[in-house]
Amino acid sequence: MLSLAVFLPIAGVLAIVLLPKEEEHRAKLIAAGVSAVVLALIAFMFVDYDRDRAGYQFVNSTTWLDSDFSNIKLKYAVGLDGLSLPLALLTAFLGLVSVLISWRIELRPREYFAWLLVLETSLLGVFSALDFVLFFLFWEIELVPMYFLISVWGSGNRVYSAWKYVLYTFFGSALMLVGILTLGFTADTFDIRQLARIGDINDAIIPTWAIFTLIISAFLIKLPIVPLHTWLPDAHTDAPTAVSVILAGVLLKMGGYGILRMSLSIMPDVARDASIWLAIIAAVSILYGALMTLIQQDLKRLIAYSSVSHMGYVLLGASAIGTVGLTGASMQMLTHGLITGMLFVLVGMVYDRAHTRNIADLSGLAPRMPFIAVMMVVAGLASLGLPALAGFVSEITVFLGTFEKHEVMTIAGVIGIAFAAGYILWTIQRVFWGAPDPRWESLVDATAWWERGPLLAMTAAIVAIGIYPAVMMDLFESGVTPIAQRLG
Amino acid sequence: MEDINRFGPELALLIAAGLIVVGDVTLPMRGGTRRVASVALGLAGLAVSALWSLVLIVADERGNAFDGLMVVDDFSLFFNFLFVGIAAVIILASVDLLEKSRFRAEYVALVLTSTVGMMLMASTVDLIAIFAALELQAISFYVLVAFLKDGRSSEAALKYLLLGAVSTALTLYGMAYLFGLSGSTNLNDIAAFVAGADSGTRPALVLAAVFLAAGLGFKMAVVPFQMWVPDVYQGAPTPVTAYLSVASKAAGFAVVMRVFVVALGHGLISSDWSNMFAAIAAISMTLGNVAALAQSDIKRMLGYSSIAQAGTFLIGLAAVAANDPQLLLGTSSVVFFLGTYAFTNLGAFIAIIAISNKIGSDQIGDYAGVARRSPWLAAGLTACLLSLTGIPPLAGFWGKFWVFNAAVRADLVWLALIGVLNSVISAYYYVGVVLKMYTQEPANDEAFQPSPYLGLAMTAAVVGLVAVGLYPAPLLDASESAAAVLG
Repeated sequence: MLSLAVFLPIAGVLAIVLLPKEEEHRAKLIAAGVSAVVLALIAFMFVDYDRDRAGYQFVNSTTWLDSDFSNIKLKYAVGLDGLSLPLALLTAFLGLVSVLISWRIELRPREYFAWLLVLETSLLGVFSALDFVLFFLFWEIELVPMYFLISVWGSGNRVYSAWKYVLYTFFGSALMLVGILTLGFTADTFDIRQLARIGDINDAIIPTWAIFTLIISAFLIKLPIVPLHTWLPDAHTDAPTAVSVILAGVLLKMGGYGILRMSLSIMPDVARDASIWLAIIAAVSILYGALMTLIQQDLKRLIAYSSVSHMGYVLLGASAIGTVGLTGASMQMLTHGLITGMLFVLVGMVYDRAHTRNIADLSGLAPRMPFIAVMMVVAGLASLGLPALAGFVSEITVFLGTFEKHEVMTIAGVIGIAFAAGYILWTIQRVFWGAPDPRWESLVDATAWWERGPLLAMTAAIVAIGIYPAVMMDLFESGVTPIAQRLG
Repeated sequence: MEDINRFGPELALLIAAGLIVVGDVTLPMRGGTRRVASVALGLAGLAVSALWSLVLIVADERGNAFDGLMVVDDFSLFFNFLFVGIAAVIILASVDLLEKSRFRAEYVALVLTSTVGMMLMASTVDLIAIFAALELQAISFYVLVAFLKDGRSSEAALKYLLLGAVSTALTLYGMAYLFGLSGSTNLNDIAAFVAGADSGTRPALVLAAVFLAAGLGFKMAVVPFQMWVPDVYQGAPTPVTAYLSVASKAAGFAVVMRVFVVALGHGLISSDWSNMFAAIAAISMTLGNVAALAQSDIKRMLGYSSIAQAGTFLIGLAAVAANDPQLLLGTSSVVFFLGTYAFTNLGAFIAIIAISNKIGSDQIGDYAGVARRSPWLAAGLTACLLSLTGIPPLAGFWGKFWVFNAAVRADLVWLALIGVLNSVISAYYYVGVVLKMYTQEPANDEAFQPSPYLGLAMTAAVVGLVAVGLYPAPLLDASESAAAVLG
């Protein structure tokens, strides 16, 4: 069933590609249908997942490539555990959202929706792969749709931004490939489950810390950390709205997921030694990201920099190398995905209407578009960590987990929260309140079903997780506990 | 009889080539008929040759022929299929060219004779026979490069001829050393001599290895024997360029693998030539890629990129260390990579032929908006370029994957790192072409289609690279059994 969910979007791609040109408006229907089915499948797995049984479930495994000379068995193996299941659910959810909010795409719709679906397959694949090479395959495949989506359907300096995104990511994954090969050579397997069982390897042909560095650099670029983050504001700003949603909502999580699943879990000894460095990097990212957010003039760029800051909490939680910190880190991935995804949807709607994202130009939009304004306040409050909304739970868990281990860095993280309150409230105040500008008199609110539906669904999820976090938290905890034990 | 049977795949092509030339002179045919007849005869010859190879496999007719001058084994059979397949695609891709120029039937015949030369390069195990095969291949190519008879094409052919002559001399010099030392021209005898040689002969052996690598480096087009590549690639008719870039290169590697792995692989200088190839690999990749970045002509760009790709193959050769498992792993990765590269680069060149036929230019700048005018061609070229970059799930990714894997397993992590970083550089210019096609406005909106022959050749290449990308096991098995022969 999991394999079906992962590859169903590809079937959708084939259907879309075979559509005749006159029928191209049906592409979005196919894409919406396919991603709805995928969401339903993964939601079913979410309910069906046996929370009392640790380990991977819904596993499909088969040997795919068998090399006589290098003792390599590459496996097609997918499965979900407590760590990956919520992220897969998030992917399927935002996948559907991104199709819906693209309802008005007029430029080459067949290609657009086909690429969105390819992207969905690659993301689901990354979260469910149980073989490091398979993981790498999905990780790389994601580059192609992202490149096209940004460079063709983006805005502004889109070609440059797509370039930058591809080259940064490709650079990271090139290093990761060498790391994977070295690791696989030493351990004689690429199976993530076996690699985790073997634990640290000592007799590698290059020092273990070098392997660790090679692999984690791909994840850190993706997360991203300061100073390797500069691709992110560019890509976010110039990507079409739906792609920004996926980029912020899911793609960044590939980095966080990789750190937890691969770096910490496969090389625990090195990870323990490296944790202080990870914490320092995290603190720098949080503070630098927050400060940069404060001075942004462009709404999308502002949210992009706030993502840099917020993803710093993921790394901070990971650097705690204990159950609580790791749970917090994974919760932060989920909630940031929802909240920032929603913020990007809203900014996209404002931009579609006003055709500017310049904060200085926008003013007094709330009376014109009350629904968008209310949603923006909800998402903003969640983003700054208001209790009873999703963001609060994950940040507080990160701090709880990290404080004992890295006090100073945790305090830096808390200061970051204060900045977040500042930039979010200040932005909402400037854009939605303030003196009404006659230029924006004629703007209309979000009224279409495909605009309101996703927003209400995201709000519901944010509130639900805020009020009853255990539904996700328990799952994440069961997923990260084995990792924490290895680290412990 | 047995000898003739084992020589059958080559013989079929020689007969077809002979029939084409003789028939063209003697039979009263008009232009169009002549063209169709020679192309059909050429393809038929290739089909018979492939079938014959298949029969050799099914009947298990592997073994020596002509007193050990030639051998039929999994290695030579792999290359038989590879070269025959490439030649078929090249003939299909040349139909448009033959229609445009004043037709000469020798073109098809020369493609066949060069194929025979290359098949022999992969299947001879005697220095003299290898040399004869090299020359048969080279002379056919000199004429093919000059086929357009315009200034550029002639200049390219002259350059190719002169530098080719130098490389032949170097190869021969290296062979003479080996013969002088071991007293035999047979690779297996030389291997026995090298295995038992004392350290006093080491300098002479190293010298022989260096001369051989230099001479054959010209065929493989690696730095520092690459200077002919950009000019010849640009000047030659594009189908010939495609042919050079995949088949001639693969044949060069086949000979290098035979000579170095079989004759010099076990014994006191294997680590010497491994280091030499590692250095050449690193330099070729880096120089090729950096030079490709600056190109505005797409054929020149692919020329430099093919130098870089050859450097990547050499990583696998450098990984052929002295102990057996890696010996096989390194060679099998190179054989595998050559297979994937054949699909990929052929596909790229065919797309370029089709596009350039219509837009009348090889400038990358003129590829703007091709995606709008010819979506399928653009998609096919994109697939090939992404495969060259090494993006999964395309064949090129697995080629690089196995080569880097071999390097890591041979303690050459530094070389694998240089390799992957070069992939990043290459992404810049490969994806740059994709970018032009998809994100820029075309000069005009007129849609165009490739000719049916080109369309067929293109489809074959793209289907091949996607199929190998999704399920590499069969090609990997084939390349592993090919490499096992050399072990």
